[in-house]
Amino acid sequence: MIKVTGVSKQFEELKAVNEATLHIKRGHIHGLLGPNGAGKTTLIRSIVGLYDIDEGEIRINDETLTRDNHVLKSKIGVVTQHINLDKELTLEENLEFAGRLYGLSKATIKERKATLLKAFNLENAKDRQVKKSSGGMKRKLMIAKALIHDPELIILDEPTVGIDVKARKEIWEMLIRLRDEGKTMLLTTHYIEEAEYLSNMISMIHQGEIFHTNTVEILVEQLGQYCHEYQEAHRIRRAFFPDEEQAKSSIEAKGGIGLVRRTQLEDVYTTLIETKVKESGN
Amino acid sequence: MEISTILWREWVFFKKRWMKIVSAQVVTPILYLITFGWGIGSSFNLDGMPYLFYIIPGIIGMNTMRASYSYIATRVSVSRLHEKSFEAYLLSPIRIPMLIMGHILAGALRSMISVVLILLILAPFGGVLNLSLTFFAICFLNSMMFACLGFLAALLIDTHYDLNRFQSFVITPMSFLCGTFFSLTKLPWFIGQLIELLPLTHSIRLLRKLYIYNKFDGFSLIVMLAYTVFFFVLSVKICYEESRI
Repeated sequence: MIKVTGVSKQFEELKAVNEATLHIKRGHIHGLLGPNGAGKTTLIRSIVGLYDIDEGEIRINDETLTRDNHVLKSKIGVVTQHINLDKELTLEENLEFAGRLYGLSKATIKERKATLLKAFNLENAKDRQVKKSSGGMKRKLMIAKALIHDPELIILDEPTVGIDVKARKEIWEMLIRLRDEGKTMLLTTHYIEEAEYLSNMISMIHQGEIFHTNTVEILVEQLGQYCHEYQEAHRIRRAFFPDEEQAKSSIEAKGGIGLVRRTQLEDVYTTLIETKVKESGN
Repeated sequence: MEISTILWREWVFFKKRWMKIVSAQVVTPILYLITFGWGIGSSFNLDGMPYLFYIIPGIIGMNTMRASYSYIATRVSVSRLHEKSFEAYLLSPIRIPMLIMGHILAGALRSMISVVLILLILAPFGGVLNLSLTFFAICFLNSMMFACLGFLAALLIDTHYDLNRFQSFVITPMSFLCGTFFSLTKLPWFIGQLIELLPLTHSIRLLRKLYIYNKFDGFSLIVMLAYTVFFFVLSVKICYEESRI
């Protein structure tokens, strides 16, 4: 569905994306993880055609997305990191406007509006101006707006940032439903548990370079499925082992300090990013 | 379809704030008419006619410029720099020339409200001379030309402060220099030639000829059309530059 091959993007002295390669399969949620400034948003903005890339190739459905590829654009829904809603309009008017921008018929807009307002529990607030709505409502509306034209591909750049746990869980459920319907999604997030819960595949990016891509299960397996977590010199330390017995032996070796638990994606992320930071020296 | 989508959004916004929008559009021209038309202007003639008649086309030209320019420049710059909703247009399948045309038409239509209101205010005082469809068409073209300039300015600026500077150095000087309140024949030759280059000079000249003498000025129309096309094409070109998103 999406093939990003050797893509680089430079802003003056900063190489924001460095020969990034990423293949996203149809019907998958692909998580893209990395620290602040790693190049996630630049890569996403390049994929959706807002940035012109310096090197490499981006193909969506075997087509290149340019500013004028209107047919391809109508198959993509984008949730940007920042709220880009029309603050003067109501929630419902924002959806109507998005539907009109995508050239939907009046009947389709009416039907899609009703479906999405209900799905995101926004029916009671539909006549509220965006500027008078809560952060959670705005975030949900951002996703609803991106779905108004029932796109095949959904790009989500930190879609749940700054919202409460309940609203986040509602959004997760919606994204899982969409994945089950066959939608393809590219997701960036700083909530590792979100990526772990939602993604079929995970890619990690640091200093613009995608350095690891795999399923959550394989990433965990490669690190070690069991973790001995303990405190030493006021720091939390983790040791990883392929089986529980070895992890328990590690506790005994440390004089019974710490606990054994299953390794999570967050452990993989922290370990790999720390290694990358050490390698690069910053 | 794409243009009507932009017009729909502006119409929804207008419906919510029409009282504020309309009142703001007529305050300045009324003040100019009272001060320069009925006040200072009642005691002398210019170019062989009462000064009030002389300045009405000028005030209409100036006001349509300011109304359409300010509306589009503010709307697009807020959407681009503050709300970031302009990006949503670029992500959607809307064609960029249609996006710009929709905004320009919205700005032009909105500024035509002030034309109608000024004429309605003048009517009881006998201030209305020759009104024709051509006069309204030129008012509309003037509005489109400056809505285009507003769109262009909104794309070029990096902060809202830049917009104030553009207003101070481009729009305000044109308001006073382009023959709104005085005849350009009285100016030194060199300054007069410089002012001839400004688009509002031609709008006001054409509007004045139509309003007072019911005559047409083809050259001024060509200049207005050329400026409109130039601002429009430049806006389309800049919309494709990623640094302007």
